[in-house]
Amino acid sequence: MTSSSDPQRLDRADARLRRRYRAERLFQASGVAAIAFAVGTLFLLLGTVVYQGTGAFVESVAVLPVALDAGALDPDGDRSPESLARGNYASPVREALRARFPEASGRREKRALAGLLSVGAEYDLRDFVLAHPEAIGTTVERPLLLSDDADLYVRGDVDVDVDESDRKVSDAQVAWLDALVARGQVERRFNRRLFTSGDSREPELAGLQGAIRGSFLTLLVTLLLSFPIGVAAALYLEEFAPRNRLTDFVEVNINNLAAVPSIVFGLLGLAVLLNFLGLPRSAPLVGGIVLALMTLPTVIIAGRAALSAVPPSIREAALGVGASHVQAVLHHVLPQALPGILTGTIIGMARALGETAPLLMIGMIAFIVDLPTSPTDPATVLPVQIYLWSDAPERAFQARMGAAIIVLLGFLVVMNGAAVALRRRFESRY
Amino acid sequence: MKTKMQTDGLDVFYGEKQALFGVDLQIGANEVTALIGPSGCGKSTYLRCLNRMNDVVPGCRVSGRVTLDGEDVYDPRLDVVKLRARVGMVFQKPNPFPKSIYENVAYGPRIHGITHDRDELDALVRDSLRRAGLLEEVEDRLNEPGTSLSGGQQQRLCIARAIAVSPEVILMDEPCSALDPIATARVEELIDELRAQFTIVIVTHSMQQAARVSQRTAFFHLGRIVEEGETTKIFTNPDQERTQDYITGRFG
Repeated sequence: MTSSSDPQRLDRADARLRRRYRAERLFQASGVAAIAFAVGTLFLLLGTVVYQGTGAFVESVAVLPVALDAGALDPDGDRSPESLARGNYASPVREALRARFPEASGRREKRALAGLLSVGAEYDLRDFVLAHPEAIGTTVERPLLLSDDADLYVRGDVDVDVDESDRKVSDAQVAWLDALVARGQVERRFNRRLFTSGDSREPELAGLQGAIRGSFLTLLVTLLLSFPIGVAAALYLEEFAPRNRLTDFVEVNINNLAAVPSIVFGLLGLAVLLNFLGLPRSAPLVGGIVLALMTLPTVIIAGRAALSAVPPSIREAALGVGASHVQAVLHHVLPQALPGILTGTIIGMARALGETAPLLMIGMIAFIVDLPTSPTDPATVLPVQIYLWSDAPERAFQARMGAAIIVLLGFLVVMNGAAVALRRRFESRY
Repeated sequence: MKTKMQTDGLDVFYGEKQALFGVDLQIGANEVTALIGPSGCGKSTYLRCLNRMNDVVPGCRVSGRVTLDGEDVYDPRLDVVKLRARVGMVFQKPNPFPKSIYENVAYGPRIHGITHDRDELDALVRDSLRRAGLLEEVEDRLNEPGTSLSGGQQQRLCIARAIAVSPEVILMDEPCSALDPIATARVEELIDELRAQFTIVIVTHSMQQAARVSQRTAFFHLGRIVEEGETTKIFTNPDQERTQDYITGRFG
């Protein structure tokens, strides 16, 4: 045995070892605590959003018999779509409700009764009649969309204990809605409108289709600009550019651009694209150009990193069989680097999808009901739509906002998933 | 000896540092010339001057004369792509393209337009693989990735890729250093067979390998050629004491 058998010395070594283990356990525990905190706040955030937003995925309708009177719906009497489109659909809807509650009398009560239903009920009825002109003259059971306040009451979100003047649903309306619910005449169904229609002043009619299209068109412009330009710039800088002060200067500036606050790009768009070049305001074209400028540094930096990660042996192999420099790069280096470049691009695009500030500067914050069909139509985008709805006075918009956030997060998750999938798929080859 | 390549007073600088000092060497046609010497002595640098692979190294400067069949390799009018088609290269670490075995061999002929149709290309690919002694092993999986082969097979694939463009000279930079003894023996055998058609220059750290495969040997030390001559003479009765010390393992 050596001197380590000396008992005092062994004790000291043991104590030191115990201290070391304790310190290591503490280190690991603090790591776990940090992750737990991060995951906790994430779930808290997602939980609130989902709790707030799920209501908007469901809408309430009152199912009532509607008498489709030929005189009101078909002024020309020839059942042509033109004639049917000019018909008066408000009165059959109103009559259906009055027939259900004949006790309502006087102008104020009748107004309150009509207030149960959304104007959307008329539009739905018109769509139904245009699709089924043979139903004119009969009485059909139709779902009539409730107004946002009535919907909130049916959902149980209105406190009836407060004074009548302090709430949006009057005592009479409460009684009518209770009667409808008691007879099973109120149905809750999936809110398709949320995905098929554009923005509206009426919360129950407002949808995300306009914002989704706007986001899509904007990102399309961003992708078409930033991907080819970014890849070309990365290729040239990494593979062909001479190393001198000019290229150093360019490189430093690209790295700095990546850190420029996004609203500055918005100001640039406002000053140059709108005021100087006279491009249309609120258009995805302009938004896309601005976001492309913002995304370019990300694409270039990711592209250069991916290109320099390709092993030099591949380049040498190509040069060794007599490929020119350009051939070696285009045939061998670029295909190897492509998954990395695509990942960088998708992450840049995901950032662009969630960007709000620069788009406010170029007027994409306008209230736009029409669905955009081309990059020059006025449009808004998902994050701006969220901002708009968060600002709206109607309470029902809060749920829409939550739903819009869920949709936006869904798109982001899909895009990031695509980036991961691309990387996995191509990396396994090498 | 018929000279295929020749260097006269070759100096190479990497930035401020000089790597080669006035190297004169003749490389005989249809011979295997081995370059030996301790690490950092400039043998790989010398090899890379022969097909101008040093061009891509930033800060690398070459002076002196390198000729191939009497033509100046560093003539600015000379097309470096054509030069590399004539002087092929096999690297230390097997570096097949991350593509199929077939594509690896077909790439060179394709970019040089050597073949005119698919059948000709197929025949050339198979012939190159056969000459590299690999065809039997990979015949039924030509579409599998070249990276799926073993290290020794990958290196023979790289040799097949080099000979597919019918070069005149093949440069080999320690081609067996990443291979096991069996794969090494296979590649050495192959080098001996290829000598009939090609001029071969091989850099190696293995004295035995140099003795086995080469006809002539050049011993490099500190950027200069200490001694060069017939392999049998260098390994049995060298003129210089330093050569004797190196090949018997007393330094280096």
